[in-house]
Amino acid sequence: MSHFAYVLISYAASAFVVLALVAWVIIDQRARKAELAALESRGVRRRSDSAPAKADHG
Amino acid sequence: MIASIAAFLTGLANPTRFLTVAGRLMPWMICVTVLLFAVGLYLSFQAPEDYQQGMTVRIMFIHVPSAWLAMMCYTVMAIAAIGTLVWRHPLADVAAKAAAPIGAAFTFLALLTGSLWGKPMWGTWWVWDARLTSVFVLFLMYLGLIALNRAMDDPARSARVSAIIILVGYINIPIIKFSVEWWNTLHQPASVMRLDGPTIHPSLLYPLLVMALAFSMLFFTLHFAAMRNEIWRRRVASMRRQAARSARG
Repeated sequence: MSHFAYVLISYAASAFVVLALVAWVIIDQRARKAELAALESRGVRRRSDSAPAKADHG
Repeated sequence: MIASIAAFLTGLANPTRFLTVAGRLMPWMICVTVLLFAVGLYLSFQAPEDYQQGMTVRIMFIHVPSAWLAMMCYTVMAIAAIGTLVWRHPLADVAAKAAAPIGAAFTFLALLTGSLWGKPMWGTWWVWDARLTSVFVLFLMYLGLIALNRAMDDPARSARVSAIIILVGYINIPIIKFSVEWWNTLHQPASVMRLDGPTIHPSLLYPLLVMALAFSMLFFTLHFAAMRNEIWRRRVASMRRQAARSARG
C-alpha cells in the first residue's frame, strides 16, 4: 500500500467518525424534541413550570 | 469582578439557563469550528513533506489532535465528576455523561490513525508498548462508563458511581502522558508540549496547532449539543414520571 493510501484512509476514517458524531447529536436532538412535544401536547407539564421561583434541576 | 464571574458561572450551572446560553452560542461555535477546519486542512496539505516520513507526516495533523482530545475529554469528565461528588450538581453529571461517547470516538480515532501511521513508519500496525496500551485502556474505560450509564436506572446513583470510577481512572492520564518518558516505547517522545519548547519545525507546527484548535472547538460544540440532549432526555423522563403520578392519583 502506498503512503498516499495510508494518508487517504486516515483522513477518510476521521471524516466518517466526525460525521457520525454530528449525526448522532442531531438524531438524538430531534428524538428528544419530538418526545417533549408529544408530552406537552398531552398536557403534561414539568413541576418547575408551575413553580418558577424554585431552583431548576433539569 | 470575581464575584460577577462566579455569579455568571453559578447561573450557567442552572440547566434552563444553560439551554438558553448554549442555544445562543451554538451557531457561532459551529461557524468557528467549520472555519478553523477549513484553514487547518488547507495548511495541513500546504505543509511540506517530512524529509524522513514523506507525506505520511500529514497523518500527524489528525492523529495528534485526536490523542490530545482523548485526554482532554477525560479531564473535562474528571472535573465534572468532582462537581457531582462535591456539589452534587446535576449539570456536572450531565456534562460527564455527554462527554463519554465523544471521548470514546476521539480515542478510537487516535488509535486508528496511529495504527495507520505506524504501519508505514514502524513496519507494524500495533505493539503492546506503554503508550499504545495505556491509550487502549482509556478507550476501554470510556466504553465501560458508557455501558455503566446505560445500565443503571437511578440517575443519582449512576452519577455518583460514574464520578468515583472517572476519578479513580484519571490515574491513566498522567500514565499516557509520561509513558514515553518512563518506559522504552516504540512511540516517539513528546515533541510539542515540552518544557524546552516544541521540537517540530514551524512549517509543520502551525498547521498542527490550527488543527488542534479546530478539533478542540469541535469537541466543545459537540459537547454542548450532547449536554442539551441529555438535559432534554432527563426532562422527558421527569415529565413521564409526573404523568404516571397524575394518572395514578
